[in-house]
This record gives sequence, C-alpha cells and structure tokens, in this order.
Amino acid sequence: MGWLSSFATIFPLNNLGHYLHWHFLLISRSNLIVTILMVATFLAALFLPFPGRRSRKENQ
Amino acid sequence: MSTTEIDRQWTTRLRRRAAGKLPPEKLLPDTQPTYVASWIYVFGVATLSSLIVVIATGCVLALRGPYWWHGSPYGHFVNSLHLWSVELFFFAMVVHLWGKFFMAAWRGGRSLTWMTGVVTFLASIGAGFTGYVAQTNFDSQWISTQAKDGINSGGVGAYFNPLDLGQMLMWHIVLLPIAAVVLTGLHVLLVRIKGVVPPFDESAEAAQ
Repeated sequence: MGWLSSFATIFPLNNLGHYLHWHFLLISRSNLIVTILMVATFLAALFLPFPGRRSRKENQ
Repeated sequence: MSTTEIDRQWTTRLRRRAAGKLPPEKLLPDTQPTYVASWIYVFGVATLSSLIVVIATGCVLALRGPYWWHGSPYGHFVNSLHLWSVELFFFAMVVHLWGKFFMAAWRGGRSLTWMTGVVTFLASIGAGFTGYVAQTNFDSQWISTQAKDGINSGGVGAYFNPLDLGQMLMWHIVLLPIAAVVLTGLHVLLVRIKGVVPPFDESAEAAQ
C-alpha cells in the first residue's frame, strides 16, 4: 500500500479546498481542473483522427 | 377468432406499429454511416457505459443499507467505484451535450431525442445531488444544510427536504434512478429510430 500513501502525499484530500476568486466568479481548483479537462477532451474529440476512418471512407 | 378481430386487438396493433418503427436491423444495426467514425460520437456510449457501472455499484451498496460501507474496506472500494463512475458519467455526458449542441442534434425531426436527453440530464443532476446528501457523513451534513436554504427560498422545502435522510435516500435509490434509466432507454430507442444525427455538410449533401 506504499504507492497509495505516496499518492495521498501528491494529492492531499484531507486539507481545505483551494478556491479561485475573480470578480463574481468563485470556483474550487478541483472543479476548474475538471472543467479544463472537459474542454480539452471536447477539442481532442473534434480534432484527433478516429482509427480506421480513412479505410472506411475508401471502402464506400 | 377471425382475422379482422385479431387485427383489431391492441396487442396486434402495438406489435405492428413497434415493428414498423423499429425493425430488428434498425434496433441492433451492423453498420453505421461513415461520419460516425469520429471521437465526438463516442461520448454517448461512454455515458451509457458509466451509467451501467453506477447502477451496478449502487445495487451492491444498497444490499446492506446506507451506513455499512463506512467501516468496510470492501464497502469503501464499491463506494469509490460508485463515486468515480458518477464522475465519469457526468464528464462524458457534458462532452456529449456540447458535441450534440454544436451539431444542432435536434435537426431532422430529432427534437424528442434532444428533449429526452435534456430531461435525463436534469434527472441525473437530481440523482447526483440526493446521492451527495445521502452519504451519511460530515460532507452530506454540510451539503444538506446549505441546500435546504436554497430549496426553502424556492418554496418547495415542505415537499423536498434535504435534511430528511429517508426522503433523500428514497429519491436517490428509487425515483431518480428509475427516471434516469427509463429516460435513457427512451433516448437510445429514439436515436435508433431516427438514426445518428449527421454533420452539417453531410446533411447538406443528402439534401441535394
């Protein structure tokens, strides 16, 4: 279970959450990370080539 | 019984209508249009797969009531699976929603497909909320005491009380999962009936 304790050192979950505050916008750091990941996934899904797409087009 | 009488039976009419709208080759198709070979079309199935894990782990958690998993390593593991599959479910659903919004997925008579997706999203938010307040820990106490003020200000606190663990648990494990699963089933059937929405350039080519 050593790797679990080192994981907990990198990502401590027992502390108070960190918040980013900018004018009216207040968001926790974890929620901001998830939002950024969702946007990145969305863009990747739009622009990354899908495996086998070219061969399917050629077959048609 | 005469053939006319058989034709008039509701079971006959319903079967014919269902078979006409959704023949087996449409319900479980062998191939999909070429434009479906894109990562953006993967997130609907990813949402559905996450939902299956959410329901399965929720069933295991329900076996021994709302408290047992606090003191059991096995319970902790199943609870973590339940939490992370929910996180993945919402993650995939939001990317699916963005993808479908920007391709105007309600085109071509698919408005009911879009609306069942919207209502499923709302039911899922309710299921997620009631899950957070049914954790039976300090986190759920904090969330429910904060939420009650918001819900009371909306005038519905007498009917939906986040401080009532029994009510929240019933909503979380009975009413909202039934709503989410039935609506998801309907959503998938509508996608099968109407087909996957094409990108704008493909539908323009088809119209020409």
